[in-house]
Amino acid sequence: MRHIISLLTENEAGALSRVSGLFSARGYNIESLTVAPTEDATLSRMTIVTSGSDAVIEQIYKQLNKLIEVVAVMDLSEGEHLERELMLVKVRAVGAVREEMKRMTDIFRGCIIDVTDKTYTIELTGTGHKLESFLQAIDRSLILETVRTGASGIGRGDRILKL
Amino acid sequence: MELTGAEITIRCLQEEGAEYVFGYPGGAVLHIYDALFTQDQVKHILVRHEQAAVHAADGYARSTDKVGVALVTSGPGVTNAVTGIATAYMDSIPMVIISGQVPTYAIGEDAFQEVDTVGITRPCVKHNFLVKDVKDIASTIKKAFYLAKSGRPGPVLVDIPKDITSHKTEFSYPSSVNIRSYSPVQHSDLGQAKRAVQLLLAAKRPMIYAGGGVILADASKQLTELVHLLGFPCTNTLMGLGGYPATDKQFVGMLGMHGTYEANMGMQYCDVLLAIGARFDDRVVGNVEHFNQEKRKIIHVDIDPSSISKRVKVDLPIVGDVAHVLDDLLAELRSSKEKPDQQAIAPWWAQIKEWRGKNSLVYKNSDEIIKPQFVIEKLYEVTQGEAFITSDVGQHQMWAAQYYKFDKPRRWINSGGLGTMGFGLPAAMGVQLAHPGAHVACVTGEGSIQMCIQELSTCKQFQLPLKIIMLNNRYLGMVRQWQQFFHGNRYAESYMDALPDFVKLAEAYGHIGIRIEKPSDVEPALKEAFERKQQLVFMDFITDQTENVFPMVQGGKGLSEVILAEDL
Repeated sequence: MRHIISLLTENEAGALSRVSGLFSARGYNIESLTVAPTEDATLSRMTIVTSGSDAVIEQIYKQLNKLIEVVAVMDLSEGEHLERELMLVKVRAVGAVREEMKRMTDIFRGCIIDVTDKTYTIELTGTGHKLESFLQAIDRSLILETVRTGASGIGRGDRILKL
Repeated sequence: MELTGAEITIRCLQEEGAEYVFGYPGGAVLHIYDALFTQDQVKHILVRHEQAAVHAADGYARSTDKVGVALVTSGPGVTNAVTGIATAYMDSIPMVIISGQVPTYAIGEDAFQEVDTVGITRPCVKHNFLVKDVKDIASTIKKAFYLAKSGRPGPVLVDIPKDITSHKTEFSYPSSVNIRSYSPVQHSDLGQAKRAVQLLLAAKRPMIYAGGGVILADASKQLTELVHLLGFPCTNTLMGLGGYPATDKQFVGMLGMHGTYEANMGMQYCDVLLAIGARFDDRVVGNVEHFNQEKRKIIHVDIDPSSISKRVKVDLPIVGDVAHVLDDLLAELRSSKEKPDQQAIAPWWAQIKEWRGKNSLVYKNSDEIIKPQFVIEKLYEVTQGEAFITSDVGQHQMWAAQYYKFDKPRRWINSGGLGTMGFGLPAAMGVQLAHPGAHVACVTGEGSIQMCIQELSTCKQFQLPLKIIMLNNRYLGMVRQWQQFFHGNRYAESYMDALPDFVKLAEAYGHIGIRIEKPSDVEPALKEAFERKQQLVFMDFITDQTENVFPMVQGGKGLSEVILAEDL
């Protein structure tokens, strides 16, 4: 089953490689991993999307907690949570396609952030599912480049991961 | 007064009460060696290979309750040390490794003797550090010792670039350490102990399975008390031997791949299993699915939450320091209205006695040829069970574990998790330094001993009177045994031709060498060797080439699917 795990780590060189090294050493799957410092500059927040049986997820949770630089771990998928991902898509946009592409972007509540006479660069946020849908909705042959950040997640309401 | 980084490093070791540092000098640690040279509180043991430095620090740590310390240079110094570090990591041995690094300004430039030490060692340490400022040395070393010893112990590496060791700063050693992201569990939930005692008292077919965690927590006294109070059978893992007295009548022997019949059958068919400081690894329970076919309640005591339900699903986890949890269990049991009912478990003991009747460790002795098991039995008799025994890895290791009855903890020193050949001799050096005057024997084979044989030179320099018990069967015996059983007797590369004359080799290093070829010479040779209290004696026992280790549970099989010597 797919799980989305949030963790706070010390914002130190090496923390990321300890986390990613744990996944590769123990054969756990990483679908995506995002990391950035938090409002407290000594802490980084990571969001990892992974999948595995309940036993594997339990081990992932425990093994992450065991890493010395990991301050706190939360399996967001155990409760109500939100997740968002950012995607940038560069598409060929000439002639009639130009208008069509603009319309699709609006439908998906994206915005065009760079325009040339031949291309658009579209910014889109949402769940991974929504981003997939957009890619399926447009003509694949027009896609020049896509960049996705991987999911960032946060608990709903009172579910807070803090030091 | 300002001190250099090198001086600070040594001062930290003094503050931590380190008696010995095992190491090998090189370019990146020259300043540190210079600082060592000007003091005599921390004694340096110069090994002949960095792997041995780490194994020696490891042997020192295993035979005491202290942290072992090793010091190596950058590049090959570190890569040589990796086998030793991984060995300690697998067996949760507290150790601090200080490694030199190229100067900070050269890091990343592929400098001479540069490797990414923190990267290479990351998967085999509890934690590691790269120190980038001389002001951080003291606090980092303080943290390293704290991490190594607390919680589930393990090796911690501190990598110090050369320029940092020559920079100067004021020295003050922190009196305490606080790592906000690290808070090992000490005391567990008392409710869990209460529930555990209820389960134990209701058991009809109980079993206590204790591992290396009991030894690491110095909890063998409490374990013994608990087992006696309950009247239950107790087995030890390879790492746990000595945690419960082997000559006690409630001891059913070691379990696992080469465990006794009664221990493995008891493990398989018990209805309540109390696992203490053990981790259900593949060499212990074999095939997990087969193990799970029998229904039983499992209580698991461990300091590391990730050990719980890792391979075997546990019904009642108790996370905490093994010594504290055992104290809680003892207190609960003593205050409980219910008392252990020996009548209720009498049929179970009768069953265990029947299994014991198989006499699964029996072997056919000979007047003509030395049986390896016989050597260990004689070693036990001659040393009256009081020696510290280190071992290498292979058949000799299993025979030592099976036939030397360890009644005390920290007397059996072997590489259980990683299975590192070459461990025995350097580990014995660390043990002997920790226990001067004690009998220290290294049980080894002609394969393993050659992986760190250069340390005979270190033994000469530091006058370590080890007794090397080499069971020489001219084969990599465990490999040969598996090839016999599972590869149609095709002994691919398990026969070693052109072995050295070990007697002459021992003599060349300045020691005494003896070759023993007749069973009747075994005991006199051992006696003579142990009487030589000042000298290292290297005993080359020429043993039966085709002897196998029994009982045996093949990899992937279940505990009750055991092969006994009589089956073949």
